[in-house]
Amino acid sequence: MADDIHEITVTVNGTEYRRNVESRMLLSDFLRHDLLLAGTHVGCEHGVCGACTIIFDGAAVRSCLTLAVQADGHSVMTIEGLAHGPDDIHPLQQAVRECHGLQCGFCTPGILMTMKAFLDETPSLDEAQIRGALSGNLCRCTGYQHIVDAVRLAGERMRS
Amino acid sequence: MKPAPFKYIAARTIEQALALKAEYGDEGRFLAGGQSLVPALNFRLTQPAVLIDINPLTQCAGVQHSDAGTTRIGALTRYRQIERDPTTPQYLPLISEALPHIAHPQIRNRGTIGGNLAHADPASEMPAIVLALAGRLRAQSQRGERWIAASDFFVGALTTALETDEMLTDVELPVAKPRSGSCFMEMARRRGDFALIGVACTVQLDAEQHCLQASISLCNAGETPILAADAGNSLLHRKIGPADIDEAVSLMQNAIDPGGSVHASKSFQRHLAGVLTKRALSAANDRALHG
Repeated sequence: MADDIHEITVTVNGTEYRRNVESRMLLSDFLRHDLLLAGTHVGCEHGVCGACTIIFDGAAVRSCLTLAVQADGHSVMTIEGLAHGPDDIHPLQQAVRECHGLQCGFCTPGILMTMKAFLDETPSLDEAQIRGALSGNLCRCTGYQHIVDAVRLAGERMRS
Repeated sequence: MKPAPFKYIAARTIEQALALKAEYGDEGRFLAGGQSLVPALNFRLTQPAVLIDINPLTQCAGVQHSDAGTTRIGALTRYRQIERDPTTPQYLPLISEALPHIAHPQIRNRGTIGGNLAHADPASEMPAIVLALAGRLRAQSQRGERWIAASDFFVGALTTALETDEMLTDVELPVAKPRSGSCFMEMARRRGDFALIGVACTVQLDAEQHCLQASISLCNAGETPILAADAGNSLLHRKIGPADIDEAVSLMQNAIDPGGSVHASKSFQRHLAGVLTKRALSAANDRALHG
């Protein structure tokens, strides 16, 4: 079968990109290999680990379970779009730094994108709700307690 | 772990989607939320020649309540939309209670009710729920449309009554009636994992608190979601008490055929089904009694 190529236009972190993609290319691979935005990590590639979570039209989704061609005309935010600059990081990033919310860091981009969407929608400081929102992200270092602490701290700051 | 090559076509109208499905038949698969299909593509467990993306068909998404006491949910309605709909707890409390158990927030942001039902995973929650609620499903094709009762829809593991040229377009469910109660419970190893066993119960009482209708259905208890009809019917016309519930639980356990897995043996699943059904039936009856 000849490659099934489609031209797509997608906005990533505010920048519009026009690219040709093969239909079977996953959005996670498109971001990493075509746009060279390698901050989105790829873990399980079947929707279990959450490492590849991005924000798609405002909602946290698995980029490994979305085809790049499906992003045509849509807006994506990745971890590279979270901070305004090295000296102006997002409250979540600041809180993760202060609370030691990462160890090896592999799961961190996916967790930050998941939690950004969560805090934008429900600035909840309720631990059960935070843990529910975090349930789709695995941390092999098992550093969950510090992650929960960081989300709560970020939530407090974003609310005040 | 990447999908095998396929041809991708984004359908712009329902008519186009149906024409493409009629043309490609079993070689074509509809792509809805993709939360079950794309993992299967990534593992190359399925290698369709053509993917017909129905995500552009936004007219197939939405929740509508009718005066006739039913709710129609478009097949492309995402779980998250149902979760956020402020009417869901009132009209569809069984779904409301089950939603937090359905995978994770990121999956619910993309996953659709129609895609889930057409995928027909016996371990999934929604098939058991539409069975418990005696819902019906609308299938459209170029030949016309038909409604399929939930009890006729799930014919095997990952197999439905849909013909190769048909698309599931709507689900119709009855809204919660007065003096009725429902309950959904499941046990999973981790939050959002597939249920080891899940149970959906409904109870409706008359003015004298006798049972008018009761249903019990289970997920991951056999090749399909299982409606334990004899168990539900055993409660009819009774004021439901502990002995009645024990009898229904026993009938339910005869109706299921759990497959067992590394996570839970068959006997543990059967035991768990008994424990959860007892609790869920009691809760549904209490809710019917006390609102």
